[in-house]
Amino acid sequence: MAAGTIPSGIPLQDSAAVTRIEASSSWPSLRLRELIQFRELLYSLIWRDIKVRYKHTVLGAGWVVLQPLLTMAVFSVFLGRLAKVPSDGTPYPLFALAGLVPWMFFANGIGQASASLISNSNLIRKVYFPRLMIPASTILAGLLDLGLSVAVLGIVMLYYRTGLTARAPLALAYLALVLIITMGVGLWLAALTIQFRDVRYVVPFLSQFWMFATPVVYPSSLLASRWHVLYGLNPLVGAIEGFRWALLSTGTAPGPMVAVSAAVALAALLSGAFYFRRIEKSFADVL
Amino acid sequence: MTQAAIRLEGIAKRYPIGEARYRTFRDTLSAAMRRGAAKEPAEIWALADVSLEIERGSTVGLIGPNGAGKSTLLKILSRITEPTHGHAEVRGRVGSLLEVGTGFHPELTGRENIYFNGALLGMKKSEITRHFDRIVEFAGTERFLETPVKHYSSGMYMRLAFAVAAHLETDILLVDEVLAVGDAAFQTKCLGKMNEASRNGRTVIFVSHDMTNVAVLCKSAVLLDQGTVQATGPTKLVIEKYLSRVGEGGREIRWDAESAPGDDTVRLVHVRALNESRDLGPAFLSQEVVLSVTYAVQQPARLNPVFVVKNAWGVTVFSTANYEDAEWGQWTHEPGQYHAQCSVPAHLLNAGTYTIDALVVKDTRHVLAQANHAVSIEMHDDGSGRNDYAGEWVGVVRPRCGWQTQRSESGIDDRASSAAAWSEAR
Repeated sequence: MAAGTIPSGIPLQDSAAVTRIEASSSWPSLRLRELIQFRELLYSLIWRDIKVRYKHTVLGAGWVVLQPLLTMAVFSVFLGRLAKVPSDGTPYPLFALAGLVPWMFFANGIGQASASLISNSNLIRKVYFPRLMIPASTILAGLLDLGLSVAVLGIVMLYYRTGLTARAPLALAYLALVLIITMGVGLWLAALTIQFRDVRYVVPFLSQFWMFATPVVYPSSLLASRWHVLYGLNPLVGAIEGFRWALLSTGTAPGPMVAVSAAVALAALLSGAFYFRRIEKSFADVL
Repeated sequence: MTQAAIRLEGIAKRYPIGEARYRTFRDTLSAAMRRGAAKEPAEIWALADVSLEIERGSTVGLIGPNGAGKSTLLKILSRITEPTHGHAEVRGRVGSLLEVGTGFHPELTGRENIYFNGALLGMKKSEITRHFDRIVEFAGTERFLETPVKHYSSGMYMRLAFAVAAHLETDILLVDEVLAVGDAAFQTKCLGKMNEASRNGRTVIFVSHDMTNVAVLCKSAVLLDQGTVQATGPTKLVIEKYLSRVGEGGREIRWDAESAPGDDTVRLVHVRALNESRDLGPAFLSQEVVLSVTYAVQQPARLNPVFVVKNAWGVTVFSTANYEDAEWGQWTHEPGQYHAQCSVPAHLLNAGTYTIDALVVKDTRHVLAQANHAVSIEMHDDGSGRNDYAGEWVGVVRPRCGWQTQRSESGIDDRASSAAAWSEAR
């Protein structure tokens, strides 16, 4: 497809590449080569999302810091103090924040991804590019927020004098797992939103429901351990528990539950990407 | 054989219409319930069967009425949407100017938008940097580079957007109605840029409703109607074919009471373009043309019929109203039927097809009834005033200009004395 750059004024080469345009076969294909060709557009979209997100708000990055901290405070009072939810031996606020940081990346990511195609419909109707770039860039732009909130978590850890152990670097691997899950679920929801407009209204509810099905503000140790593998089918269970284990030495070491979560996460990403690529050709007609 | 830049074979595109565009769970569920009895969703073939070959380096105008499938064809070529049947081969990189500025984000500055929009159009960052100064200069927005584009005037916004797209190095450029915006100077710039693109061996496909631009820019044209190719060939011929189809009924049109253009005050009844002998026979340049309109008045009002005469390229040649008529130009029409006519002088129009819009205006300002392209008339060259020149006579009009030539012994006279000599000679 790329004919390379042709300096203006110089006649074209006869060898200019030929693009064939026809109804695509229904065989699912990721067309990775095309995604790689358009990588610069992905960077531009991420960069645009970040600029616009921070330009428009008064507090800018302040929100990224405040959102998890305020949520942490609320849960600490109601669950930690009043309901006395256990926290695997760490101070409850720290325990909750370590769950909220990856959770909020996920919740914001799927919310924005599912709305992203509609809010960029003018681009989709006028310009060709792999539509996958839109939800993907929205989610990836959230990594900056994630980085900032991890820094906040670091400060709170210092406050509680929680030292890092040798397995702290594994926390990054668990965050990568969260990213994979967010991408997989985000792609599914983004594509479904175009097919069924109801999905837009389902996402906030889904997100709330999912939070309580995930050990964000309570430990998975509340469940009998024979349920843990089944529990791991919710991929965020393994990811968040693992993240907390790597940073705070609480809860679950990598085991069958984390393995199940990782497998489900990969399946979600692959199926989401295939499904999205399969139906993205129709977006311009439907939007 | 020259290589085709674009080859289309049997391209067809079907769209669902109405509510079938997107579904809700409820629709899907209820469809599943009455499977079998389910009604097929309504659909429309925007393109029925289009086969075309466009030579490399050519500039081709794509014309046709609204809904002919022009935009759908551009969307398929730029891969925004897929054809339902058929296939196309496109040689080289395709850039499109489909409503420029869609990629701009109001919160970003001019500079940021140049980079973002360039990336969106498929440019590499290095490519944009290389062209950056030229883009800014072309748009003429140097002073506002660091200002968010939401503060731009709409003209500046369009100029910047077009500038980015125009500097995209593509083999094929698709242009859709971008010239409708911007002032005359900018339009000239845009046309120049498109000309330059085609001189450099790029293929340009240009969609416009302005036949003048198509005629100026394109050597050949394609007429699309109802999703099929109706004509291809030299621009002038295709445009004339298109415009001759536009005037339904041709020289005469009569409306029913229900379908007549107009409102409760006045409706058009009958419009005709007659030749010198007041009939529908051939019309010649050396003879006058009579335009006539009949209109029915239901409520008293001060009304004026108006004609607008356009040539084959869509250029308005002139417009005329009965303001000059002392008897009716200023007076109130009581209810009833009225007939008005005017004559277009002989030796004014050029050869070719002219279309006539008929209007009735209230109080010299408010258009109450309007029939665009109500009638059309073909002006035939009867060879008068041609001597032995047989070629095309250029120009929007072709007046007789009272030529006189005499031999001047003293070389070039100064103007005053020659003017005096002329008046003496007459």
